[in-house]
Amino acid sequence: MSDKLSAQPVIEATGLVRRFKNVVAVDGLHLSIARGEIFGLIGPDGAGKTTAIRLLAAVMLPNAGEARVLGFDTRRQAERIRRSVGYMPQRFSLYGDLTVRENLDFFADVFGVRGAERKRRIDELLGFARLTEFSTRRAANLSGGMQKKLALACTLVHAPEVMFLDEPTTGVDPISRREFWDILANLHVQGVTLFVSTPYMDEAERCSRVGLMYEGQIVECDTPDALRGQVPGELLSVWTAQVPKARAIVAALPGVLEVQTYGDVLHVFVEDAAILTPAIRDALAGAGAPAIDIQKTTPRVEEAFISLIQRRRKTERELGIGN
Amino acid sequence: MRIPSTLGRILAIMRKEFIHIRRDPRTLAIVIIMPVFQLIIFGYAVTSDIKHLPMAVLDQDHSVASRRLADAYRASSYFDVDFYAQNDRELARLIDSGQARVGLTIPPGYGDQLARGSVAEVSMIIDGSDPTIANAALSAAAAIGQAHSASVAQKVMARSGPAVAALPGVNVETRVWYNPNMISANYMVPALIGLILQTLTALLTAVAIVREREQGTLEGLIVTPIRAPELILGKIVPYVLVAFTAMLEILLVGTLWFKVPINGSVTLLLALAALFLLSSLGIGLLVSTAAHTQQEAMMLAFFTILPSVFLSGFMFPISAMPQVLQWASKAIPLTYFLVIDRGIVLKGNSMDILQPQVTALAAFGAAILTLAVARFRKRLE
Repeated sequence: MSDKLSAQPVIEATGLVRRFKNVVAVDGLHLSIARGEIFGLIGPDGAGKTTAIRLLAAVMLPNAGEARVLGFDTRRQAERIRRSVGYMPQRFSLYGDLTVRENLDFFADVFGVRGAERKRRIDELLGFARLTEFSTRRAANLSGGMQKKLALACTLVHAPEVMFLDEPTTGVDPISRREFWDILANLHVQGVTLFVSTPYMDEAERCSRVGLMYEGQIVECDTPDALRGQVPGELLSVWTAQVPKARAIVAALPGVLEVQTYGDVLHVFVEDAAILTPAIRDALAGAGAPAIDIQKTTPRVEEAFISLIQRRRKTERELGIGN
Repeated sequence: MRIPSTLGRILAIMRKEFIHIRRDPRTLAIVIIMPVFQLIIFGYAVTSDIKHLPMAVLDQDHSVASRRLADAYRASSYFDVDFYAQNDRELARLIDSGQARVGLTIPPGYGDQLARGSVAEVSMIIDGSDPTIANAALSAAAAIGQAHSASVAQKVMARSGPAVAALPGVNVETRVWYNPNMISANYMVPALIGLILQTLTALLTAVAIVREREQGTLEGLIVTPIRAPELILGKIVPYVLVAFTAMLEILLVGTLWFKVPINGSVTLLLALAALFLLSSLGIGLLVSTAAHTQQEAMMLAFFTILPSVFLSGFMFPISAMPQVLQWASKAIPLTYFLVIDRGIVLKGNSMDILQPQVTALAAFGAAILTLAVARFRKRLE
């Protein structure tokens, strides 16, 4: 029986569609997430990440398709889902004029966590989110990072089995981001299934599986390693003082598949690094935009992601679809 | 098991709302000061009391009796006999120029007729530019005339104001029974209770709910097990208490400062005020389901307040309105509450007399609240 339970996906979506006036935000979403995963949902702005999370968290009704969370239907059994699921919206819901503790008390009351259990749980969460010493401070007077941690704590008062987090670290400094992800990792260890959307690719690296959302659909869904493996050819990092000029020259070379720009570094995907390294060096030197350094690098999820999006857009252009 | 958790959730919302109220001193101050402020404005400024209205007398009789009648008007505090006209044209000119607001013509033979014991007639011209004042002046003039066994032929000249033909006949007894000194405050203070109850509850409820939507806190509440009726109830109760505090405040200032006598049962007044609040809360909730921002909510709430002020009989008598507006006034809950409210305070009415209004209010409350709760969605659109 426990086998059957763990085999059943915790989050499951088939053909989810949600339209707004002029756009189809989610356009046939298919998804299956197992117990204990940290699932990362990445994708450009406007890809439909927030709408997807809202549909899965039973906050919004889909126009078509169906979704099940813990085996319960998001249309008909939303209230049952709410008892075992936590959801942290992008702009979370803290009451700024309430103190840290009052916010936690409020959510505990609403979720029916009472008495000794309430006290124990809130003390635990305050410690967990490292907010104990700020418990009497008003939520509005917390730093951005602390507000996010309090929001997370509020959505955890009822000890949910599944957590949906919509860009939980957007607008938070890097140190707080790291701290926040440490907390998520702790939850993961405790067996909570996490569904996180994020615009930060380094965060995607911490997920057990990553779904790449593009124009309302999940176009790639795999482990970070496998996603990186999908990048064509090999990756060279080229440092140069004249980025725009160098980019144009490199992109025109035979054997170069794709060029991405990161500050003063060009990331060049090539068929064979051993052949292209001297070729790029010579071409740039000849054009008067010499390379400072060229190194072979391992692609990150970020490069993989951008490469996937670029190839998809190129295909669309060639087929004359999209726009 | 289900009931205690429902209660727990309602209490949680209520506790939170009270913290919001307590931590927002500016709103609290407005809520406390606004009723008194409005009371002062309506109690003093918006008054139809007539005092020292300039009067012109055209005495064509020149008898002892005619002089006694003029003296009677002079002796009242309502009129100052400032002018004696020599003929009709002069009288008309005095009123045209606004020097006199009221003109009294005592025809020849007035004294003889009185002496013969028959009813003597005098005529009264009243500047009807301001119908409220004209109305009050007419009543006062008639009352004084009647005390002198003279029936005053009413004749009102409309100047620039609306037609005064619709002025109702004088009912001297009514005035004498319920508000013998015709003090506006006695009429306005109870009405103000109704208006302020409605304004406060509709506005505060609408804003309190829309604020959650605007700040994004509603999205966080949607995923909690709280049900829409629980959320609504928890949000409403604190503002009902605030509204009742404001109401008691008006009653206190009204009785202690404006010396408004409360002739009926205060308990009945409070109970029926609670009934009236159902409609106001419903209006607030309806507004909150339609508005997306707090500003929008406030605009919409004000939009509902205006007809209440003008069509409910709060300021202008319903009987003087065109038929269409009279029908419209029947669709406004405040109309019924004002009858109840003024009835209890001024006339000491009890439940048996107010039954039709109470029934109407109960029906309105149930209908508006049902509609509002049905429209309230615990999902994002």
